[in-house]
Amino acid sequence: RRRMENPGYRSGSVDSLRHRPSDVVVEDDDDDDEMVDIAGATLDFSNTDDDPPLGSGEYFVERGSRAGSMSGAGPGRLVDPLEDPLPGKSKDRDRHREIANKSRQSTVALLHSVSDAFSGWLLMLLVGLMSGALAGGIDIAAHWLTDMKEGLCLVGFWFNHEHCCWTSNETTFQERDRCPQWQSWAEIMTGTSEGALAYFVNYLMFLVWALLFALLAVTLVRAFAPYACGSGIPEIKTILSGFIIRGYLGKWTLIIKTITLVLAVSSGLSLGKEGPLVHVACCCANILCHLFTKYRKNEAKRREVLSAAAAVGVSVAFGAPIGGVLFSLEEVSYYFPLKTLWRSFFAALVAAFTLRSINPFGNSRLVLFYVEFHAPWHLVELGPFILLGIFGGLWGALFIRANIAWCRIRKSTRLGHYPVTEVLVVTALTGMLAYPNSYTRMGGAELISELFNDCSLLDSSQLCGYKQSNSTSGAGVGNGLADRPAGVGLYAALWQLALALVFKMMITVITFGMKVPSGLFIPSMAVGAIAGRLLGVGMEQLAYYNHDSAIFRGWCSPGADCITPGLYAMVGAAACLGGVTRMTVSLVVIMFELTGGLEYIVPLMAATMTSKWVADAFGREGIYEAHIRLNGYPFLEPKEEFQHSSLTADVMRPRRSDPPLAVLTQEGMTVEEVEALVESTHYSGFPVVVSQDSHRLVGFVLRRDLLISIDNARKRQEGVVGASQVVFTEHSPAPADDAPPPLRLRGIVDLSPFTVTDHTPMDITVDIFRKLGLRQCLVTKLLGIITKKDILKHMANDCQQRPRLHPLQL
Amino acid sequence: MKSVFLLEAFSVACFVLLNQVTAKNSEDIRCKCICPPYRDIEGQIYKQNVSLKDCNCLHVVEPMPVDGKDVEAYCLRCECKFEERSSATIKVTIIMYLSILGLLLLYMVYLTLLEPMLKRRLFGHSQLIQSDDDVGQPFANAHNVLSHSHSRPNMLNKVEHAQQRWRRQVQEQRKSVFDRHVVLS
Repeated sequence: RRRMENPGYRSGSVDSLRHRPSDVVVEDDDDDDEMVDIAGATLDFSNTDDDPPLGSGEYFVERGSRAGSMSGAGPGRLVDPLEDPLPGKSKDRDRHREIANKSRQSTVALLHSVSDAFSGWLLMLLVGLMSGALAGGIDIAAHWLTDMKEGLCLVGFWFNHEHCCWTSNETTFQERDRCPQWQSWAEIMTGTSEGALAYFVNYLMFLVWALLFALLAVTLVRAFAPYACGSGIPEIKTILSGFIIRGYLGKWTLIIKTITLVLAVSSGLSLGKEGPLVHVACCCANILCHLFTKYRKNEAKRREVLSAAAAVGVSVAFGAPIGGVLFSLEEVSYYFPLKTLWRSFFAALVAAFTLRSINPFGNSRLVLFYVEFHAPWHLVELGPFILLGIFGGLWGALFIRANIAWCRIRKSTRLGHYPVTEVLVVTALTGMLAYPNSYTRMGGAELISELFNDCSLLDSSQLCGYKQSNSTSGAGVGNGLADRPAGVGLYAALWQLALALVFKMMITVITFGMKVPSGLFIPSMAVGAIAGRLLGVGMEQLAYYNHDSAIFRGWCSPGADCITPGLYAMVGAAACLGGVTRMTVSLVVIMFELTGGLEYIVPLMAATMTSKWVADAFGREGIYEAHIRLNGYPFLEPKEEFQHSSLTADVMRPRRSDPPLAVLTQEGMTVEEVEALVESTHYSGFPVVVSQDSHRLVGFVLRRDLLISIDNARKRQEGVVGASQVVFTEHSPAPADDAPPPLRLRGIVDLSPFTVTDHTPMDITVDIFRKLGLRQCLVTKLLGIITKKDILKHMANDCQQRPRLHPLQL
Repeated sequence: MKSVFLLEAFSVACFVLLNQVTAKNSEDIRCKCICPPYRDIEGQIYKQNVSLKDCNCLHVVEPMPVDGKDVEAYCLRCECKFEERSSATIKVTIIMYLSILGLLLLYMVYLTLLEPMLKRRLFGHSQLIQSDDDVGQPFANAHNVLSHSHSRPNMLNKVEHAQQRWRRQVQEQRKSVFDRHVVLS
């Protein structure tokens, strides 16, 4: 075998996908990584986008020999989902039918069938529990570690700032987080808490802790699980579309991702934890799948579980189970049957419930920025909301371009050779610039929570620093407040927020994509929330000072609370997130689950739609699709359209200048000829035809299977030599006495490959590829026809039909 | 693998159950009343460890800063919320997190620093062939140690075998992510 460049290799794993008779039996090491990961080779993309799937990839040989191990597979095992959703489902249906038939025989078998039916639900329950527990742990640890940068709790080092001052009675109305049990580093080290020295010491300690956390995060990722960096959602999208990335959902990745996510979030970097939580949930699901035989062996069903796990991830991140399911449906999944919808919802609910019972925020809230106001909005405000939508769309398009450019720089220049240094430099930069501004010093989620907050009498933050009106006796009862002119505190907050906006917009571009777990949702929402709040306060002041003008006169009388800047912040956050990720319905549902009410559906939808339209005008890809394209994953984007119509005949191979199609005949070729054909070409599969003259299609055989079977046969089967005939038919003629015995390879042929005709428009062909998840499709001529009526008749006759006799039983 | 998994599942289950089963510390519930400024009285925050039924202005705000007739007006502005937390959960989580982090760091230090030293002492300098680009990276000896382990066909050997295979995988992952940038750019 030619030995080619082989950075990727397979260390002899059992191929759990194919149970064809001629498979090699490998020494079944109880390699825990084999069991935990989705089986498949590590990937190698040594080809460019232009190679068709059939011709792509190289043939790997395992480095170093291990007895009995299989030769490496083609490049990154592109599992043909065709062999999974449909034949995989039919495999599953066969199994299910067998169990159902047996269940009438004995009670044990009945129990078995019942437990088999429930195993799916039990798996979902476990996935929900495990993900909820992990998410709760991550939240608690992240809060604690974030506050560790600022000080220490003296009554118990495990308390964060809020919990340290929980029971204290020294908190005042103005200074809600001051208490003697919590001391900042300056107080601990120098004894003072005011003054330049204290500020300097706090600043320094903040930077030191941030750098320490970032260093720990990146070295752990580098040392134990390099796949744990980044967001994870682009790769999970690729995995769900059928591509296997070995090790991506393994247990080490899970452990490292959980631990380093906390560190990365606490180091003050401008990133969130939603994307990584989806990855964590999918890892949990993958690991738990190995408890159930039904899911361990069947890739298609495992992918359904992974779709549900993606829903669970978003559900625990936002406390939005429905939004999570819709996110999984819209953004992540490739194939989402109705059954998965129901199960995902169940798993998401279980996870949300688990998270709630762990109670990381101390007040039964699932998310830090749960919004409670229900102030009404007016139709005139749709104008500013649409403006926010436009801003969100522009920001989204700009961010995607800038981030992809930066990632490309990281990929191709020397910047990519220093990942640890890069992380440290970015952390130092973020820390140095973020500390002076109190709005960037607090974490992303806290910032959003403060911006979403509607100012009432009970708030004393700077953002609610309005000039107090003097009539406190009558008006102002309850929490609603009239629109008031801005006070000094608010002006200070406004310019700090403007600076924070600029800072966050720029720093997120270089932060997303670094070699630590990083998510995008919180920074985008923070940018949008800042912009929205600024606009909201602007509108509020405009309404206050111009309450006689035509716009405001009808609905905003002085003394009434007409404009809610918190709502603008929310709409802005939705618009920016929508602009970056191009989520539509899932975003709206997540946002309205965060607010707990349907009042704001119209503003949210207006802003989200505007933002999507504006962003789509600049480029149709969201950030995740852009990353998929940047990395060159083989993912057919479901949203693309063709600009020119063309036929399959124009795209199919062989083209005019190509050599004729390399085919195998169903009999008449010897082992030597087959091997020579396989080695002289790079194709990953070969059609099997009746004969060289009549190219009537029999089936399709994969290169890997061919080579493995031939290899196997040479070693184990008696008498098979180079001159043996290779037969793909069911019954072969008896060989002559002096001829070596034939090699029967019918078992490895896929007898039902998908076909189209040469005049099928490319749009339909691409649609077929996407919807069925094909890897290759053959172009054939006519043999017969099957109509819907035939199918209906067949289904009606099914109960009376005899079981189809297996050919070997004849 | 199964044992690790079972251990994980066990700890997760413990974590969830601990939360429910732990006796509620009386310090872990509170009623927090925030009262805004009223006339010439400043804004105040009152906290008390009372249960849900007593969580209202009259029980919690003590001493009441206004007199009889104004109490109602004052209390109308106050907002009282009942909050509970589980300090045991927090403590357990943080301690578990720190211990796992510590273990990982120790393991990393062991793999990068101690193990090469130990192997060098055991097998001598001549046996180690390190390729140039592996120097300084963790798991650089993954390939070499494999060849020395044929003599002991037992549990230790199996564990070491698995560990070596894992290290090779991590090395491959590291190459694709950090060096060649084909995944996760």
